[in-house]
Amino acid sequence: MDLTFSPQEIAFRDELRGWLAANQPDAAPVDGGEDAQYQWRRDWQRRLYDAGWAAPAWPVEYGGRGASLTESAIYYEEIGRSRSPLAANTLGLLLGGPTLMVWGTDEQKERYLPPILSAEEIWCQGFSEPEAGSDLASLKTRAVKDGEEWVVTGQKVWTSGAQYSKWCMLVARTDGDVPKHKGLTYFLMDMEQDAVQVRPLRQITGEDEFNELFIEEARIPDANVIGGVGNGWKVALTTLMNERAGLGFALQIRLRQLLDDTIAVAAERGLLEDPVYADELAELHTRCESIRLLAWKGLTDVERYGQPGPEGSLVKWLWSDTNQRLTQLAVDIVGPAALTAGTSWSYEFLRARGNTIEGGTTEVLKNIVAERVLGLPRLKVAV
Amino acid sequence: MDFGLTDDQREIQRTARELLAERARPDRVREHAEARSTDEQLWKELSELGWPGIAIAEEHGGQGLGQIELSILCEELGRSLAPVPFLGSAMAATVIQQDGSAEQRERWLGGLASGATIGALGAAVDGTAELVIGGREADVFVLIDEDGSGRILGAEEADVTPVDSVDPTRSTARVSGAGEPVGDGGACAGLGRALVSVSSELVGVCDRALAMTVEYVKDRKQFGVPVGAYQAVSHRCAQMLLETEKARATAAFAAWTADADPEALAEAAAMAKVCASSAAREVTASAIQAHGGIGFTWEADVHWLYKRAQLDAALLGGAKRHRARLAAILAERVGAGAAA
Ligand SMILES: Cc1cc2nc3c(=O)[nH]c(=O)nc-3n(C[C@H](O)[C@H](O)[C@H](O)COP(=O)(O)OP(=O)(O)OC[C@H]3O[C@@H](n4cnc5c(N)ncnc54)[C@H](O)[C@@H]3O)c2cc1C
Repeated sequence: MDLTFSPQEIAFRDELRGWLAANQPDAAPVDGGEDAQYQWRRDWQRRLYDAGWAAPAWPVEYGGRGASLTESAIYYEEIGRSRSPLAANTLGLLLGGPTLMVWGTDEQKERYLPPILSAEEIWCQGFSEPEAGSDLASLKTRAVKDGEEWVVTGQKVWTSGAQYSKWCMLVARTDGDVPKHKGLTYFLMDMEQDAVQVRPLRQITGEDEFNELFIEEARIPDANVIGGVGNGWKVALTTLMNERAGLGFALQIRLRQLLDDTIAVAAERGLLEDPVYADELAELHTRCESIRLLAWKGLTDVERYGQPGPEGSLVKWLWSDTNQRLTQLAVDIVGPAALTAGTSWSYEFLRARGNTIEGGTTEVLKNIVAERVLGLPRLKVAV
Repeated sequence: MDFGLTDDQREIQRTARELLAERARPDRVREHAEARSTDEQLWKELSELGWPGIAIAEEHGGQGLGQIELSILCEELGRSLAPVPFLGSAMAATVIQQDGSAEQRERWLGGLASGATIGALGAAVDGTAELVIGGREADVFVLIDEDGSGRILGAEEADVTPVDSVDPTRSTARVSGAGEPVGDGGACAGLGRALVSVSSELVGVCDRALAMTVEYVKDRKQFGVPVGAYQAVSHRCAQMLLETEKARATAAFAAWTADADPEALAEAAAMAKVCASSAAREVTASAIQAHGGIGFTWEADVHWLYKRAQLDAALLGGAKRHRARLAAILAERVGAGAAA
């Protein structure tokens, strides 16, 4: 056991830290709403890209730095620590690119990877449907072959960034006569067609971070099938694995920062001497550190044994629960400002409610831990 | 021992529920929430029915009923989330009635009873009260200072700045200004009753959140079965019921205490607020979780309950503050026992 970074990892971190310090993005736009925010994040990705920092984990041949898992984790920690925004094309960088690298043909990689990196083409994710959330494999969007094309009809939900996207990672049913996991195919759908309508989905915070997609006979060339017809579930799992792995380190740092901000307010108001608050803040501090350590321990397992341990699900579960507890405690500590519309405190508080639902609900994560890690018997339901 | 309501009380509950089911339907609440407006028509209607004056003495034009009756209305209004300034107005009237001078009662209670005057009550820190519920439309404010004493301010002498809270079903404002002391300027005994009213509203919020959730999870299917069949979900619902019933029992006890055993009100009200505040936070959060992604959207109505729960939970002190009060009451009791 050696819980320090190697000289090489430290060099990586210091180089990035130095670059981030010298290249902070402009202040976030206050006017212009979502569009301005998006443009700002796009400019930021451009800046990262020009300096070779858009996706350090990508192999050198695809424009990355071939960074190790540890370095990649350091990367997200540093991005979070510097309070930089996430790149505009985070879904492409984190999910789309890596999925293509595993399942794409050489032509597909050549065609699609470079514009992901440069933010010329933004990607979105079309997995969840109104009727298929936890039970994703039951999705109903249909794709029917018509000559060299597929014709797609259905509805998707929770597609963030759809209004800015060129490509959608779309999972659709291509065979209704086989067990549900076997009849799916993974497509790359061009969003620039009238058959795809994007409608903003307003959420509890009042903003619309997500969208619904209404797809009415959209056309996708056969060349845009990723990983083969009928293989969509496996390809989708690659995407979902990447989703769980990457962002965690950035989110964990955000949690840390929010905790530090809360502790600062508590100190200012003398609440650190009040045992009611002191006890809870110390517990949250311990949780925050546990999350960090569990996340790093998970990386060790992957690096040593080539397989993620149970930490992925545990970290997401613990993180989401902790973020909810922290933001609720902040309501008590910060007071009315945390319940005033439009403050960052109230935003964090309301947004945290989604944490135990997005990326797999806590209940479903617990099922995964119980069944796959502990080997407990599975409830007999239709699968 | 009988927790049952009298026939008259049951009648109040039934008519209130029926009326609000009709007049404060979810789409109407939503419309007002979107516009951040009060439902003035409904307020007028409730006023004609005498709701604002239910617990105000008959000599001031009220119905002269007790805290139990007032709590029944609070609960129903919480359940429906009706966008009317009832709670704040009732709390202000309670304090003026309990603690105000004869002159103050004379001046304000008639209007508050008829609904022509709208009241609001807020807790002030360094003289200023934040997020005073109903603050935008109130004609009279009761501000409670840190020492428990109160001040009355007519709207024209108060400094009122509308500030939007996360709960758009009611208006909120920052309020300050000198005003005049309530009664002799001592700690307001009426606060105990005000706490009971908030707790009762929260019981209604919890009850509705639970009912919506049970209905949803029976209907929503994933993996071929209703999600309510999974114990992760059904046990969550069972827990929501436990929290709700705990809040209901303590609120009922406190409401009864207010008129039947006022000596015990301080403790009972603190207990009611502890249970109601934590139940409301947990139950409404659970409602969102059990709804899955849809619960996180603006489209679904559960978030209004979550937001109302948050404001009410903090109103006049949250669970932490009232647990501390209870601890102080217990310490005093143990001390008295030791001294005796
Ligand atoms: C903020 C946010 C962001 C999102 N982002 C994305 C995105 O980028 N891409 C995307 O594809 N999707 C996204 N989603 C959708 C998300 O993945 C789903 O909401 C989630 O998987 C739950 O599905 P559901 O909403 O259909 O809820 P349901 O599956 O209907 O769940 C309802 C309730 O039942 C429980 N439940 C369901 N099945 C079981 C079971 N087997 N055992 C025990 N309990 C169970 C759930 O835990 C939940 O409490 C997002 C959702 C949110 C809220």
